Amino acid sequence: MADIELLSAYARSLGITVVGQEGGLPLLSVDFGPNVEGRPQHFHGGATAGLLETAGYAALRTVLHKEGREVGMKPINITVQYLSAGKSRPTFALGRITRLGRRNANITVEAWQDDRERPIASAVMNILMA
Amino acid sequence: MSNTLPRFDAREASKYFFRHGHTGWLGLRFHDLGENWVELELPWREDLLGEPSRPVLASGPIISLMDMASGMAIWQTTGTFTPVATLDLRVDYQRPARERASVLGRVECYRTTRSAVFVRGIAHDGDPADPVAHVAGVFMTIAADPRQKDNPGSGGQP
Repeated sequence: MADIELLSAYARSLGITVVGQEGGLPLLSVDFGPNVEGRPQHFHGGATAGLLETAGYAALRTVLHKEGREVGMKPINITVQYLSAGKSRPTFALGRITRLGRRNANITVEAWQDDRERPIASAVMNILMA
Repeated sequence: MSNTLPRFDAREASKYFFRHGHTGWLGLRFHDLGENWVELELPWREDLLGEPSRPVLASGPIISLMDMASGMAIWQTTGTFTPVATLDLRVDYQRPARERASVLGRVECYRTTRSAVFVRGIAHDGDPADPVAHVAGVFMTIAADPRQKDNPGSGGQP
């Protein structure tokens, strides 16, 4: 699947790229830079949330594509947990589909930097499909 | 000592906050304020779209808008620029923003304790009675006002 289908204009503009796959799901990353900086030398919480949300959509798009489902997606909500400061290094994110129904999907996403076992943020998203 | 510091003012602070970094990139603007709330504007922009088929702002920038308005509402309420870290931020999307519309984010700080601060707010595109999204968040104070003393700069995302 080409990057362009997984990433919105916003995501590309922020600097998010697809850097790999895990278990068939896209692994996303964004480098540190002025676009994502909040407090000096740290990720802005909003940029981290944007990466998490983009990874959640990318995971769902990938699964729906595999199943041959051509549906629109409507965001219902996202809850972001901030676990530790995002430092001036690349951040990675991977979404997992916790539940995929006919009309809705529940997705969990984690973001990390150097150590996969120490996520800097996580999110739960509910998405309606029509 | 602390009473010699000027009270935090979101309108004044916006002149510096939105010059660079993530909020500068988004082009956030100050809009309005009250005793315990701040309203910021996320201008409509072609490269912040969420879907190829419709000229509607993505939800990511709306989270950034609400996160920033939350922090500024907290500082506006307490009067001090005490660094805070977002612990939990929830956004419930009611509807997409209108096509080519800017989004306004108004967040109020409704409760502060010694260590935690609670905020809630709405994002709207002109009519606060018909919001695009509702948000609720919890923040933690992570250090003293850097103007008061040397700030060791502990962790947390602004």
